[in-house]
Amino acid sequence: MLKNEQPPAPDQVVAAMRGEQRRRSARFRLIFIATWIIIVGGILLALKAGPRFDPTFDLGPIDRSNPASTPVWVYILGGIPLTLVISVVSITIAIALALAGALGRLSKNAFVYGAASLYVSLVRGTPLIVQIIFVYYALPQVIPATADVPAIYLGIIALAFNYGAYMTEIFRAGIQAVPRGQREAAEALGMRESLVMRRVVMPQAIRIVIPAIGNDFISMTKDSALVSVIGVQELLWRAQHVGSANFRNLETLLLAAGVYWAITIVLSLFQERLERRMARGDR
Amino acid sequence: MSTDQQPTYPLATMPAHLGEVIVRAKGVHKFFGDLHVLRGVDLDVWQAEAVMIIGRSGSGKTTLLRCINFLEEPTLGTIEVDGVRVEADPLGRRPRSHREHIRDIRLRAGMLFQDFNLFPHMSVLQNCIEAPTRVKGVARDEAVVTAEKYLDKVGLLEKRDEYPARLSSGQKQRAAIARAMCMGPKVLMFDEPTSALDPELIGEVLKVMEELAHEGTTMIVVTHEMHFAREAADRVVFMDGGVIAEQGPPEQVLDDPREESTKQFLRRVLAAR
Ligand SMILES: Nc1ncnc2c1ncn2[C@@H]1O[C@H](COP(=O)(O)OP(=O)(O)OP(=O)(O)O)[C@@H](O)[C@H]1O
Ligand SMILES: [Mg+2]
Repeated sequence: MLKNEQPPAPDQVVAAMRGEQRRRSARFRLIFIATWIIIVGGILLALKAGPRFDPTFDLGPIDRSNPASTPVWVYILGGIPLTLVISVVSITIAIALALAGALGRLSKNAFVYGAASLYVSLVRGTPLIVQIIFVYYALPQVIPATADVPAIYLGIIALAFNYGAYMTEIFRAGIQAVPRGQREAAEALGMRESLVMRRVVMPQAIRIVIPAIGNDFISMTKDSALVSVIGVQELLWRAQHVGSANFRNLETLLLAAGVYWAITIVLSLFQERLERRMARGDR
Repeated sequence: MSTDQQPTYPLATMPAHLGEVIVRAKGVHKFFGDLHVLRGVDLDVWQAEAVMIIGRSGSGKTTLLRCINFLEEPTLGTIEVDGVRVEADPLGRRPRSHREHIRDIRLRAGMLFQDFNLFPHMSVLQNCIEAPTRVKGVARDEAVVTAEKYLDKVGLLEKRDEYPARLSSGQKQRAAIARAMCMGPKVLMFDEPTSALDPELIGEVLKVMEELAHEGTTMIVVTHEMHFAREAADRVVFMDGGVIAEQGPPEQVLDDPREESTKQFLRRVLAAR
């Protein structure tokens, strides 16, 4: 009889729904991870076991006749610190350039505005790889002293210059995203333009652009591979170097790609967490 | 006051508590492109006077306040605040000294905005001591003492370490008032300070302003709060089409307006309630 059926209490329903929700999202996560492992593992297995011209698939000793020589994988992973150093230094310089560039792009001074715009236009209008090669091969013809500068410095300069131009536009947008009223309130208190910028606008603009800087840093770790073309012995250079010397390009390049992938995944996780924290503490 | 001719109080009787002229706007015109927003405004404000500006939307009330502290450069006219006199320089012919003079005016005229504009990345206390320490060079300890005095006055002393996001709209506006007071201005200018507030929080802000008025703070207030104007104003100024159309004691302008435009405006405002 319908009459005698007790309807469930609301809190029971809510508890049941919550349990079901949890089970579903746990299952989702499990399948997600399994999908990755199965596909990636499957490809790797197929490559290792499958029919190929060169059946070897090893990242063992560089010198195959000498088992005591450094393993290929150790040699390649040894490029990680340099990759990270290049990325960190370049992004730091790029941030400084972008800051100056953004102020220039917002300047009422025609010369300053013109110079900043030229920088952005020129750098964004030419390929990064051209800029890197230019700095390394062409610059010494103009400034002979640069011939003695180690490639890594030139590579960092090229990367920083390139990213600085892209980030200039990010910073400019960030500064413009600070509400006009903030600037006006500061001016109404008698602050001079530079003080308004430094104490009121910039701190708020930085907050706005931090996620974008994070994205650019992740891109930078990948684009840093480009400086291998001028002989900087970072991750990719090492992979190519031992790969072609030993006919093991497949393994070494896969390893290098995997390392870049891992780096970006770790950085993305960091960034997600940072963004979530900033959103929580949003004021 | 270094004005050319001695200004005369625009009303028949001058309230006894008023001092000398603090703010003098003379022949102020403002164009936005072809739009002629201010069409020759003369406004003198005496020390300890509370002047309330009313008028319909678009009549130029905000623009007048913003011209007085040069957040907008007037197209024509002269502004004088506490003896600092600046002529409109719309073409920017003398940018450097002009900017310094504008700063002198801003140090003497505090401004309160509709949407508060507290600095969100600073605590309430930091908001209050930022300009005194960095603009006026007041020592930090001293600035903190002053800030605490004014925060106490607006009833926010216990919120001194909060960030603006944690305050209600009424508390934000009161904090903004304390911040402005900390600079020791000769006049406070309010642009519709309660129109962005939750209705139940309007009272607490008006109460603070009324106290300030009674203590003899010189203020110019653009407001739609007729009741408040009646209570706290020494003089009500009605603006219409970029000029002052009528002014007088609150009872006269609000209850017995002479100008047809004032009557019309008040009818509309009262009908809206
Ligand atoms: N920066 C600007 N650029 C162009 N036009 C403007 C600007 N600021 C104000 N105006 C125009 O000037 C006129 C007067 O504006 P103002 O804000 O001074 O009016 P108001 O009396 O304060 O009105 P409200 O009661 O709506 O605040 C309006 O027509 C407005 O559109
Ligand atoms: Mg207005």
